[in-house]
Amino acid sequence: MTENLNVFAVRTLTQKEYFAPGHRSCQGCAEALAVRLVAKALGRNVIIAAATGCMEIVSSPLPFTSWRVPWFHVAFENAAAVASGIESALKVLMRKGRIPTKKIVTLAMAGDGGTADIGLQALSGALERGHNMIYVCTDNEAYMNTGIQRSSSTPFGASTTTSPAGKMAMGQVTWKKNMPAIAAAHNIPYVATACPSYPMDLVQKVKKAADIEGPAYLHILSVCPTGWRSIPELSIKLGRLAVETGVFPLYEVERGRYRLSIDFPKLRPMKEYIKLQGRFRHLTDSMIEEIEKRVHQEYEQLKEKARKGV
Amino acid sequence: MEVSIAAAEAVKQANVDVISAYPITPQTHVVEHLSELVANGELDAEFFCVESEHSALSVCVGSQATGARSFTCTSSQGLALMSEITYIASGLRLPIVMIISNRTLSSPLSIWNDHSDVMSIRDCGWIQLFTENGQEVYDHVFIAYRLGEDRDVLLPVIVNMDGFILSHVIEPIELIEQNKIDQFLPPYQPLHRLHPDRPVTMGAFALPSIFAEAKKAQEVALRSSMPKVLETWKAFGDMTGRYYRPVETYQADDADTLLVTMGSCGETASVAVDKMREEGRSVGLVKIRLWRPFPFEAFKKATLSAKKLVVIDRAMSVGACGPVASEVKAALYGEAQRPDIYNFVAGISGRDVAPPDFIKMVDKAEIEIQEGNKEGYEIYGVRE
Repeated sequence: MTENLNVFAVRTLTQKEYFAPGHRSCQGCAEALAVRLVAKALGRNVIIAAATGCMEIVSSPLPFTSWRVPWFHVAFENAAAVASGIESALKVLMRKGRIPTKKIVTLAMAGDGGTADIGLQALSGALERGHNMIYVCTDNEAYMNTGIQRSSSTPFGASTTTSPAGKMAMGQVTWKKNMPAIAAAHNIPYVATACPSYPMDLVQKVKKAADIEGPAYLHILSVCPTGWRSIPELSIKLGRLAVETGVFPLYEVERGRYRLSIDFPKLRPMKEYIKLQGRFRHLTDSMIEEIEKRVHQEYEQLKEKARKGV
Repeated sequence: MEVSIAAAEAVKQANVDVISAYPITPQTHVVEHLSELVANGELDAEFFCVESEHSALSVCVGSQATGARSFTCTSSQGLALMSEITYIASGLRLPIVMIISNRTLSSPLSIWNDHSDVMSIRDCGWIQLFTENGQEVYDHVFIAYRLGEDRDVLLPVIVNMDGFILSHVIEPIELIEQNKIDQFLPPYQPLHRLHPDRPVTMGAFALPSIFAEAKKAQEVALRSSMPKVLETWKAFGDMTGRYYRPVETYQADDADTLLVTMGSCGETASVAVDKMREEGRSVGLVKIRLWRPFPFEAFKKATLSAKKLVVIDRAMSVGACGPVASEVKAALYGEAQRPDIYNFVAGISGRDVAPPDFIKMVDKAEIEIQEGNKEGYEIYGVRE
């Protein structure tokens, strides 16, 4: 396992860029890095259906584009449905001989809002119908594009512009929605979590998702310095801390079987992760302890699933 | 043959590649029959029952952009749910064809026919056609695909079919031989498609500095589709002997009073016109078939010699007059000599409008106009 996570192995990746430089994302945007790695992993034979959101806005101001592969944006909530249409069209046109038969990956991409909130229905429909496609959720834990409003993927305690910390409130009062579990509940062949701080792991998971017949769901934690109120050059470190503290474990669910991609005998203290982010700065030590307790509990549950292989 | 079945048969004969729909009354018979055709191997298409109408049209947007001829069909609330994507489909210039089995919009909930569903997306930028009988529905599936896919048009097309009144009625329908259809409607050749061999970006966002130009291009496309509409109808008429026009007239040339209708109630109105003509009254009928682009010239030509227009709307624009009447008024406003217009909203939520009702409406309008009420508007037949 460890060699998969070797940070230096990233140099073995292709030099080719399909998500071109010059786009307008913020400094230290790990979502842009995630998207770049996903595109690298898939190569040129791909068609992307993107939801409205940061990655759409930074990459496609008419008449410019950052995309060197076919890319299609329709609306906020329907990336999975649009991708379903693309996949079906490829299938029927190849069957009828109207386009040459070759492997073309259909990729749907959306943020956490476009996945866990407004796009959940379209996603569930597409997963249930069993389209041969990859759905990537790049999760930066709030509606960053519209100005850091809370989503159902915002973590407990985070202050956003619509879940602000105040005299009577301590930020987001709900626990982060477990999207990978919801995807896995559709009994699809492949679900995985990834983080661009672990680039080789991410790339391998994308490649695996592309090779698998049927729907695959990838949930990628994407550090957002603008929304997390963190220092841009710490984005990679924050991604690693999210994994090492157990906040965002890396795992796969292959045909229903859970497997941890990387396991830590001892998780790092929650404080190390939380103290680097302005969105958590109002949290008291006891609140951080509460969060740590629940994170550990969930991490143990996940480990248990992985141990049992279910 | 039931009209919905005929519509589905037309979709089959049009060699549609992808069908995506969600069930809603009274659209269901079209989609049920299509699923049977696919299940029996009579139609080689990808057929999806998706989880909402919003996704139904989104799937079509994805498949059409990839180069597949795509079809969906809906009604009422379903159309309202997919309305967001109707605007996007036309902006992306994707020639999807949708049949709307017209049904009223909630609330109160009602499954019956009127035009409130399609009027809610009046400005969505699709070519919009209304049909009067089953034959027209069947014919217009082919017309819609050929027209929308024309390189000079590239726009989605709506074929309106009155729910139940048309969709569930059994009529004799003349089917067209497949070889003729294949000639009239060759396989779809997209100008651009999503494919790795020639990567394109579709659906980019526009800043204010370029947005108006993009919308102007769309406006030009829709307006200038008019000659193509006429050309397509001409080609279809040459093939079948059935010639269609944007505005149809019946006993209208010398009429003082003209009824103006859209959709299936035109046939009923023609019966009323016959009756009134028998009584020696100077009444005729003008039926609008092409709703977008609105046929201003043809409409003016058909109505300017009349003294009174009785415009029948099958939808409301609450707080104003009916949508057809407001369009008609706009069309005639620039004319020095123009007929007086009386507007009835009639037959909403499928309430029957029989020939005697049309006669009553003409009677009422003529009296009101004579008494000086020249901009009259009322909902016909409301119990008070």
